[in-house]
Amino acid sequence: MSNPLKLIKNGIFIENPIFVFLLGICPTLATTSSATNGFGMGIAATAVLMGSNVAISAIRKIIPDEIRIPAYIVVIAGFVTVIQLLISAYAPTLDRSLGIFIPLIVVNCIILARAEAFASKNGIIDSLFDGLGMGLGFTLSLTFIGSIRELLGNGTIFSLPIMPSAYQPALLFILAPGGFITLGILIALFKNIQIRKEECKTGDETSYDGWEALSGCEGCGLSAVCGSAALSAAETEENKEVDA
Amino acid sequence: MMSLLALFISAIFVNNILLSRFLGCCPFLGVSGKLDTAKGMGVAVIFVTVMASLMTWVAYEFILVPLGLEYLYTLSFILIIAALVQFVEIVLKKIQPKLYKSLGIFLPLITTNCAVLGVAVLNMNEGYSLLQSLVHALGASVGFLLAIILMAGIRERIEANKNIPKCMRGLPIALVTAGLMSIAFMGFIGIIE
Repeated sequence: MSNPLKLIKNGIFIENPIFVFLLGICPTLATTSSATNGFGMGIAATAVLMGSNVAISAIRKIIPDEIRIPAYIVVIAGFVTVIQLLISAYAPTLDRSLGIFIPLIVVNCIILARAEAFASKNGIIDSLFDGLGMGLGFTLSLTFIGSIRELLGNGTIFSLPIMPSAYQPALLFILAPGGFITLGILIALFKNIQIRKEECKTGDETSYDGWEALSGCEGCGLSAVCGSAALSAAETEENKEVDA
Repeated sequence: MMSLLALFISAIFVNNILLSRFLGCCPFLGVSGKLDTAKGMGVAVIFVTVMASLMTWVAYEFILVPLGLEYLYTLSFILIIAALVQFVEIVLKKIQPKLYKSLGIFLPLITTNCAVLGVAVLNMNEGYSLLQSLVHALGASVGFLLAIILMAGIRERIEANKNIPKCMRGLPIALVTAGLMSIAFMGFIGIIE
């Protein structure tokens, strides 16, 4: 069994699902219009992730390999339904503001990716802490992005006024375009730090070109399942045909 | 009739599924590198979304509601979509090998596409009739096709540009582009009352 703290730290920093793996872009964009919404979404996803990781890890030996993905989806959908009912019972305001993104946790690639990449290969306790770490990484990232957007777009964080009253809020940031632009710039800043670090270490200019990492599927644990790998394989095959 | 047309237009432009509802961003950013692939993906999404809306509407109205199991909609919708995608893949392979060759590779990608499940859930939340659901699904997926084709066209140009700083290349610049497109699409808000 690995060290639980290490697993949690791994989820928050080293393998942060949003900034490192670029997973779960849709809920990230949609639910970060305020820090509260981002935090709520993150907690809901964390709960589902921990539940599904534990359940999948517990039954990993009895699921036949061929139907493992549908089996994972059913387990995840079950937990999503539980969380959905809990949220609508105890946090109706959050339920209204997150709307259809609560049922859409089912197709959140982070959860399926952790099931496929971690829970299906590791023990129950490890999987629990992996789910917790990944979930916290997701929650912190969402809260961070939500805080920035809320601060710029409304002058508040968690509905507490931060900016001086003379500040004219840039409404754009809490609307749809602000989500895309904020996330794009944050990922670029994050990449910039990574590149700087690498250059400092090696002393040379990095070979990172950027264009290969174009696809959001890059590094996703699902790439083998969801077909982007099949897609590129088909493309190379086509190219071969053209060459022949 | 007018209201159906309004529903269709608003699903394409005003509530564009990608640029204002944020559904289906993964294929939008992942498959929009080339114009041809983007087109194939868009057409496959239209096909599956409309079929899935039909199936989920029927399942919800005639199975879940009579049995009082409405709360199981998430579970049943995702299973219906996954089964539907598999089924379409098998049938297409058998009957239309040519069409399968151009669309088939996109089908597995669509199961995990939140646009399909999202449209089904929206239809249910809004309480649309069968006809309204189908029109809404068609409008939403045509909006997806429109956005992904526009994006692919822009990205082919962007990638030819070597002046972009390293850290902005790839996903970041694609996201900023999508943000600018989204601002442009906000201009359509006035057309539907």
